[in-house]
Amino acid sequence: MSRREANDHAADLPLSVDAPVFAEPWQAEAFAMTVALHDKGLFSWGEWAQALSSQVKGPGAAADGHDYYEHWLVALESLLVSKGLTARADVDAMAEAWERAAHATPHGKPILLENDPRPIR
Amino acid sequence: MSHNHDHDNELDPFAARVRALETILTRKGLIDPAAIDVIVDTYETRIGPRNGAKVVAKAWSDPAYADWLRRDATAAIESLSYTGRQGEHMQAVFNTEDTHNLVVCTLCSCYPWSVLGLPPVWYKAPPYRSRAVIDPRGVLEEFGLTLPADKKIRVWDSTAELRYLVVPMRPDGTEGWSEERLADLVSRDAMIGTALARQPA
Repeated sequence: MSRREANDHAADLPLSVDAPVFAEPWQAEAFAMTVALHDKGLFSWGEWAQALSSQVKGPGAAADGHDYYEHWLVALESLLVSKGLTARADVDAMAEAWERAAHATPHGKPILLENDPRPIR
Repeated sequence: MSHNHDHDNELDPFAARVRALETILTRKGLIDPAAIDVIVDTYETRIGPRNGAKVVAKAWSDPAYADWLRRDATAAIESLSYTGRQGEHMQAVFNTEDTHNLVVCTLCSCYPWSVLGLPPVWYKAPPYRSRAVIDPRGVLEEFGLTLPADKKIRVWDSTAELRYLVVPMRPDGTEGWSEERLADLVSRDAMIGTALARQPA
């Protein structure tokens, strides 16, 4: 198979770009949470690989891999939900609380959950 | 995704979800934020392909170590204090005059973290994962590595349980070099198999 005759989806291997391992802090945090939860024995690494695989093998995965940690995060959430460790609705509600907190935080100040004007319990 | 808003504090949706998970899991006592910071620091700054390069340089210098690495890579690598966190087993695959080795993970992105750090973006991206198996010679050419037509290419597909480290061939003209000097010739890509060891300058 020649790559030249493939369509745009099979884009060039991103050879020359050696991006840092984490493009944004949340990616590092999502990665580290996964390692920490595995260390605690909440899932096996095989279970994790399967969860991640089902996301990154999906048709929506970008050819340049830039969305890798987005898939990682979806995989982590799904695995935690399937293990009964959290519920999707709880994550949704808490994520909204963090977004409200961010909006309510003056520019330049650290974003803290306490800044949420409508805190959830 | 990550637009910059200079007028307002805003968390992008992924950052907000990560913080939400962190809050929920911390409240349940399942994670400790301090431990998360340590893990990030470890993978960002302490673990990287220098570890693997030291393993390769030792194997080049010490035939007994090379033999151990061939028979039981997990133990031979652990003896240098590079321990895998996920309980994975390691296998070292040695390049020879006849055979070149290439590592991929078609499933997701399994990678020998303990010796190479975290994988480069291209290793995790769909084109490499799908094409390394179908057309390894073509993939290597795109990495600028053209192998003789009669050289066999063996592709190793990593799993969660078994990860591979390619031991490249020692370059000529390096007789008597220290392990430290040899390690400088061993790039990350050489240990994935998308490059050869550097030639001495």
